Parts: sequence; structure tokens; C-alpha cells
Amino acid sequence: MSTNYEDRQRGGYDSDDDDRRPMGGRGGGRRMHRRRVCRFCIDKVDLIDFKDVRLLLNYLPERGKILPRRISGSCATHQRMLAEAIKRARNIALLPYTTD
Amino acid sequence: MTGGSVLETKRQYEVVFIVDPTADDEVGRLTDNFKQVVVDQGGSITKAETMGKRQLAYEIQHKKEGTFVLMEIEGSGREIAELERRMRVNDRVLRYLTVRVDEDRRRAEKLKVRRAAKAAKRSAAGQSRRGSAVEFAESNND
Repeated sequence: MSTNYEDRQRGGYDSDDDDRRPMGGRGGGRRMHRRRVCRFCIDKVDLIDFKDVRLLLNYLPERGKILPRRISGSCATHQRMLAEAIKRARNIALLPYTTD
Repeated sequence: MTGGSVLETKRQYEVVFIVDPTADDEVGRLTDNFKQVVVDQGGSITKAETMGKRQLAYEIQHKKEGTFVLMEIEGSGREIAELERRMRVNDRVLRYLTVRVDEDRRRAEKLKVRRAAKAAKRSAAGQSRRGSAVEFAESNND
């Protein structure tokens, strides 16, 4: 019986449409506020420059990992451009690969 | 796009390289040197600027900072091969990065045009709809 309950719980946590609902009863307050829209789409960005360190740092939390789009809300196209730009910037030592 | 035009159109590259901070006075000479290499190979320099000395995000050859130089090059790609070879053997250059930018820029341009067309269409549609709504309201008043 208890396992059944846990399964349901996990299903709720993982399911994607759960995220859409603002503060669904189950997850109340657990999730941080999410930007649901792509910043780059709003600003009509067509090209993300790897030299723009200030911009890229917004998508690089303390650990130095690329912020996943489930958190940032970026659309697939812009997340791809962003990831590419961050990787280039890392190569040329504008951004760190890791921070500890 | 046909195969011929791809070969005919010149490619654009962005090259960034980091110069050893202890060789600061050589930056100008080094840059001129590389420019000459590109020109000799049949390419052209569209932009060259020094981004200045800045902190490296991680150590390279035990250096914590470096002078960044940015060049924009137009050409066939042959000059890039030679330039990269030169940079690789030069121990004043801590690191370099070449990015081909023409394709991405073209794509960005296309997106821009498409968006402009869409916006124009939408504003036109919005206007006509608003017009009909006004008509409807007027007819209602009667």
C-alpha cells in the first residue's frame, strides 16, 4: 500500500504539466518562482555572443554549470545558442569550467 | 542555396587569442604579424581590436591574466589554417579560438526579416479587425 502511494507521489513530481500550474496544491511552495518565458525571445535576440560575459554569467550558477532550461525557462533554440556560447567562452577562459 | 554559391561566398571568422601578460609590449607587433599572415594568404581583416588585459577564468600555463585580442577575418579558410598554425607554435599566445560567424549571422538576419514581416502582417490584421469591431459597435447603437 505504502509503495503505491510513493509511486503516485513521484509521478506527480516528475510530470511535466505539473510545472505549468502555478503552485499546484501538492507542491505548495516547494518550487521557486520560475520564469516561464524565454528572456531571449522577449528581447528578440537572434545571436548570443560568446564574448558577452555579463549576459552569460546570468545562466551560470555558482557551481559553473549551465543553468537548465527547466529553471531558466529559455526556449530550445535559445538554450542551444546559449550553451554553445558558454562552451566557447569557457574554451577561451572567459568563463570557468568549474568553480569550487 | 546551390553548391556553387557556397564556395563563392567568403567566409567570415572571429578569432580571439590570448597573449602572455608578461609580453604586453609585444601585443601590437604580434597582432600586426598575424594580420600580415592573413593578408598573405589572401584573406582580409575586417576588424581588429584589443579587448585589453583581463582575468582568466582559470589558469593557463600558470598565468592568471592575459591580453585578449579580437580579429574578424574574411576569406576562404586557408588563411585560418595558417594563422592557427602560427598561433600554435608561438608560445606568447596562451590560447586562441576561431569561430565561423557568417552562417549564424545570415540565420540571424533571416529571422529578423521574418519577424518584421510577421509584425507587419499582424498589425495590418489587427487594424482591420479593430475596424470591423467599430462598425459592429456602431450598428449596435442604431
